[in-house]
This record gives sequence, C-alpha cells and structure tokens, in this order.
Amino acid sequence: MVEEIGTTEQGDLVINVGPQHPATHGVLHLVITLNGETVKKVEPHLGYIHRSIEKMCESLSYRQFIYATSRMDYLSSHINNHGCALAVEKALQIEVPERAQVIRVLMDELTRIASHVLWWGAMAMDIGAFTPFFHAFREREMINDIMEETCGARLTMNYMVPGGVMFDLHPNFHRRVKEFIRQFHKKLPEYDELVTGNAIFKARTRGVGVLSKEDAISYGCSGPTARASGVDCDIRKLYPYEVYGKLQFEQPLATEGDTYARYLVRMHEMRQSLSIVEQLIDNIPEGEFQAKTKAVLKPPKGEFYSRVETARGEFGVYIVSEGGTTPYRIKYRSPGFSNLSALDHAVRGQKIGDLVAIMGSFDLVIPDIDR
Amino acid sequence: MWSFAQLADTIHEGLQASLPPAWALAAEMTIVGLSAIGLFAMLGLVLVLMERKVSAFMQIRIGPNRVGPAGLLQSFADTLKLLVKEGITPDGVDKFLFNAAPLVAMIAAMLLLAPIAFARDFQIWDLNIGVLYVSAVSSLNVIAILMAGWSSNNKYSLLGAMRSGAQIVSYELSAGLSVLTIVVLAGSLQVSEIVASQADGWWIFKGHVPALMAFVIFLIAATAETNRAPFDMAEAESELTAGFHTEYSGMKFALFFLAEYINVFIVCAIGATLFLGGWMPLHIGHWEAFNHAMDWIPSSLWFFGKTFFLIFVIMWFRWTFPRLRIDQLLDLEWRYLLPIGMVNILLVTLVAILGWHF
Repeated sequence: MVEEIGTTEQGDLVINVGPQHPATHGVLHLVITLNGETVKKVEPHLGYIHRSIEKMCESLSYRQFIYATSRMDYLSSHINNHGCALAVEKALQIEVPERAQVIRVLMDELTRIASHVLWWGAMAMDIGAFTPFFHAFREREMINDIMEETCGARLTMNYMVPGGVMFDLHPNFHRRVKEFIRQFHKKLPEYDELVTGNAIFKARTRGVGVLSKEDAISYGCSGPTARASGVDCDIRKLYPYEVYGKLQFEQPLATEGDTYARYLVRMHEMRQSLSIVEQLIDNIPEGEFQAKTKAVLKPPKGEFYSRVETARGEFGVYIVSEGGTTPYRIKYRSPGFSNLSALDHAVRGQKIGDLVAIMGSFDLVIPDIDR
Repeated sequence: MWSFAQLADTIHEGLQASLPPAWALAAEMTIVGLSAIGLFAMLGLVLVLMERKVSAFMQIRIGPNRVGPAGLLQSFADTLKLLVKEGITPDGVDKFLFNAAPLVAMIAAMLLLAPIAFARDFQIWDLNIGVLYVSAVSSLNVIAILMAGWSSNNKYSLLGAMRSGAQIVSYELSAGLSVLTIVVLAGSLQVSEIVASQADGWWIFKGHVPALMAFVIFLIAATAETNRAPFDMAEAESELTAGFHTEYSGMKFALFFLAEYINVFIVCAIGATLFLGGWMPLHIGHWEAFNHAMDWIPSSLWFFGKTFFLIFVIMWFRWTFPRLRIDQLLDLEWRYLLPIGMVNILLVTLVAILGWHF
C-alpha cells in the first residue's frame, strides 16, 4: 500500500480510516480525501482479511465446502450455507423433504432478524447513540440461544447439508421461538421510539448519501441497500426457492435512496421476517429432515448457479464441476462487495460524519467483501 | 447543627490562636489548596463511577461490580492503572505544547471551583464578579483542547480540536446570555448574592417564562461546552477515533478525562446555583412551617442534590441521543439558540423593570 498519506497539492487532507478504526466494524481500510470536513473521495483498500475461501473450497468435498462460507458473511452464515446447499442440490438433483425446507426457511429468517437487529444497534452506535446497541443484543441473544439448542453453535451454525439439515429441531425450539416472537413484537415499537423517531437521528440521515435507482443498478447493489433506492430485487420474490413461493410477505421498497430510507427498509424487513416466522412456526410438516444421499457426492460435469437473499443482498454460488469429488472452480457473488463499490458515489460531497452514517446504512461486513 | 461553615470557622479560629497571623494565613491557604485538589480528585472518581452506573442502568447492564462493595472502588483501581502506565510522548509532536495541554485543561477546571458556593457561607472565593469569572475561565478549556489537537501531529486530533474550537466559542455565547438572564433578575454578579436572592423561591419558578427558557438554553449550551454527547464532536469516536486526545495515554489522558468530568460538575453547579437556588432550600412564599421544615435539611445536601440531579440529566442525554453533525451543531446555535437567547434577554429585562417576577 504505497500511498501518499499527507496533504494533496490542492491542500486537501488525505487520511486513513482503518484498517483499525471504530467505525469500520472490521479491517476495512478507506483512504479518504478531505477538504475541511467535506469528503472529496473515498478509496477502499481491500485485502486485510483475504483468506482465499474460493480457492480453499476447490480442495474440499461437496459436503465440506459449504461450511467455509459461514466465515464470509458471518452474520448471515446460515443463509450463505443455504445458497451453497441449493447449488449442490441443483447439481445432483436432490429432492429436499418438505420439513427440511420449512426448517431452512425458518432458520434463514431468524438469522435475518438477528443480523438486522445487530445492524440496527451498530448503525445507531455509528451515529453516536450507544444504548441501542445493548438493547439490540438482548433480542439477538434470544435468537442465538435458539440456534445453539438446535444447531449446536451460535454464530457459524453449519446446520445445512446437501439434501436437508443436519439434525432435527430441538424439542424446545417451538416454545423458544414463540417466546421470541412475543418479545420481539413488544420491543420493535421500543426500537422505533428510541431511534427511528428521534429528531437528531432524522436530521443526520435524511437526504444524506442519496443513491438513485440508476446508480444502485449500475453499481450492482442488492438487498435493502438497493431496495431503498426503489430497485425491485428480492430474490425470495423474484426467484422463489424452498417454500418462499407459498408464503405471504411484502418486499419493502422506498424511493428516496437516502440513509433514512435504507434504515426504514431494514426496519420493515425485520417485521416481514417476523411475520414469515409466525406463518411457519405452527406449520412445520412432519417427515424427514434430510433426504437420503450418497456418502460421496459426485455431481455430473457442468456449471451450476444458485442464489439466495441474505440479510445484505444477493448471494450467488457458481460451481464448475468436472465430475470429481471436489469442485473444479467456485465463485461467490457476495452482496457486500458490490454495495461497497457504491460507497464512494454516495459519500462524495458529504461531511465526514455522514461517511460513518452512510457506511452504517450499507451494513458492510468486511469478511464478506474480502473473501 | 453541624455545617461546613462552622467547621471552617473552627479551623480558622484554632489557627489564629496558635500561630502568628502570617503563618496562619499560609496554613489556611495550604488547607484550602489541598482540599480543592482532594475535592477535585474525589469528584472525578465519583463522577466516573456515576457515569458508568447510569449508562449501565440505561443499557440493561449491571456496570462495574467487582472492585469493592458493589463496584464502588472501581474508579480507584482505574486511576491506579492509569498512574502506573507509561506516559508516551510520540515522535514528531510539539513536546512542550503536548505535555502542557493536559495541565492547562486541569488548571482551568480547578480554577473554576473557586467561586462555587458548596453550602451556606462555605465558598473558597466569593468575588464580586463570580459569574463573569466562571464564564471567562471556562473558555480557557478550549485553549487546552486546541493545544492538544495541534501539537499531536495527528490529523484526527487536528480535526477534533478544530471542531471543538468552533463549538465551544459558539456555545459560549448562548451560555453567557442565559447566565445574564439570571444576573438581570438577581441584580448581581456575585454568587452569594444570587443565591441569597432566591431565599423566597428559586429563579426557575419565580422568573416566569424567560427563566425557564434560559434554563433550557443553559442546559443545552452546558452540554455542548463540556463536549458531551449529543455534542461530543471533539471526540466523536466513530468518526475521529478519539478526537483531540487520540495520541494521549496514561496519566496525561486521565487529566483530560478528569477535567471533562470536573467541567461537567462545574456547569451543573453553576446551573444549580443560578436557576435552582444553589444551597438554598426549597422555600415557597409564606408557608412558614414548610420553609422551616426544609431548612432542617443541610444546605450542602441541597447543593449537591441539585447538582447531581443536573449531572444525571446531562448523562441521560448522553446515553439516549445520537450525535449531531458539526454543521447542524453550529446551525442550532447560530440560527436558533442565539436569537432565542437575545429575545429572551429583552423579555427578562422587561420582566425585571416592571417587577413581574414574584
């Protein structure tokens, strides 16, 4: 990283934000050019947490490589695994039992809520309010406990297998989820009271970091970041997988494209996810939780692609198979990378305090960008 | 009844009787100085602990609970840690300014303790322009912050210091105007007289709307002047890592930290003195029995009770509000608070001339 860090010829300050900085939530390194307090340019420098996951996956079997993706977007690790499992199932034409599908979707939506709740706390903290972070962790903890009981882990669950899920649901699952639904219904209005309606929060986020619909599309944004700009891009709606086609839920859209719109879209998504969980929790069909598969998976020669909607956007898995026990080539399309590319565009001309707010609203998870 | 004033008198008489006058004066000076430093350190420790407990209360946590009973000694442990840490002076800093800045911050904060009336007849220095003195000395703080930011040779520090300079200089105006409101009502700049003028009721109740408005403006300006959230631009840890004290560590950092808390105490003490009657108990007009009952509570308790209530309010702000942006912060001052404050001072002059207050 041979960069001139100092002042430019025009007298602008060039400063490093990161790789160790409280606002970047990880080892993101931004080189920003400042004119006083106004940001003129943002240049992300990647590579600090590159683990070459794609290359590693090529030497793992089709059962094993799924779990490497837990370490990419660790906040929606379950959904990442889901995308990989779908790709392998597509390649081998495995029929997933109904029960397994419902369990997968339930876990996906719980993961999405947990991720959004953490984002809510972290974004409020970026804007300077500490308390929401702790309130957010209270609800996230309940989801983590549910995950721990059923999957055996709290963050990187590794619960997916090609053809279903690894274990059946824990006997406490139903009761715990019901409890969580009750609690979350009570706490969501509290979240709105604490942050959404706050005059300072509105002043900090409204009209800040506007991303137009055209820009969002051309930068390849996805997920809530793009939906706040009015891009209709929910994979669960457009290309329904598992049981999503049969569920009733809305795709929150906004047209403003500013930080506040991104905030509202995510808040609304939590409500939608909660409603999906409510629809499914009493209707888990009986049956197998895993399809019968061969011990060693050998997909036929060919190329396979699958995509899922993670908490941050579209996650794509592209597998090239040569017919062996390991993939010939794997490529992931991670939402964070494309969303980050729009950061410079959204931040130019804003204040340095806005940079932090906009970054918070993009909900960047660094290992997802840098894999 | 036991009081600070009696204690002070006893010591004074004892020293006068046993020592020649010049020595007695020197001994008294030393005692006053030592108690000021002791009070300074104690207040810092208590306020840090209070902040941690209040934030824990707001954030569904318990807060420090390991050192001493219910975590009461946590601050002492932290201070000890900071004392034994190495005070690093990084390469490329302006050594003199870098090392002098924390001292300036602390001395400015300590000087402010002088005119505050802690209890009935208990005051270090009752000078006749007490309120003006506080306004003047409290602006010294910005010099310390600018020194620290400039000498650190760090861009984050520089940005933080510049923000802080703009902010403190702006909010000084509003704070000054709201203080003037009470000066107009009380007719004096002397702290003891301002307190005495509230013997039949505090100004916040007696002064009608202008006093109430001045109180709200004062509270906002006080929060801004002490660089606390939602106006903590100078530190803004999510934007500028730690702002002006990014490069400081160990005891040098602790002095800044201590000075910040003492400043919080002082602005709250001034607020309590001007608007809530200082050490004056709650008196309502001619309710003799009620007033008499209130007099039984020691005056020092009244003073510290009111001050700590205001401190709690300021902490409450910090732990519930997000942070403003620097341009919005200056907008708030120059476009809203300052005009309102100016209209308010006209209003209060009218009220005072026409004798509309109680």
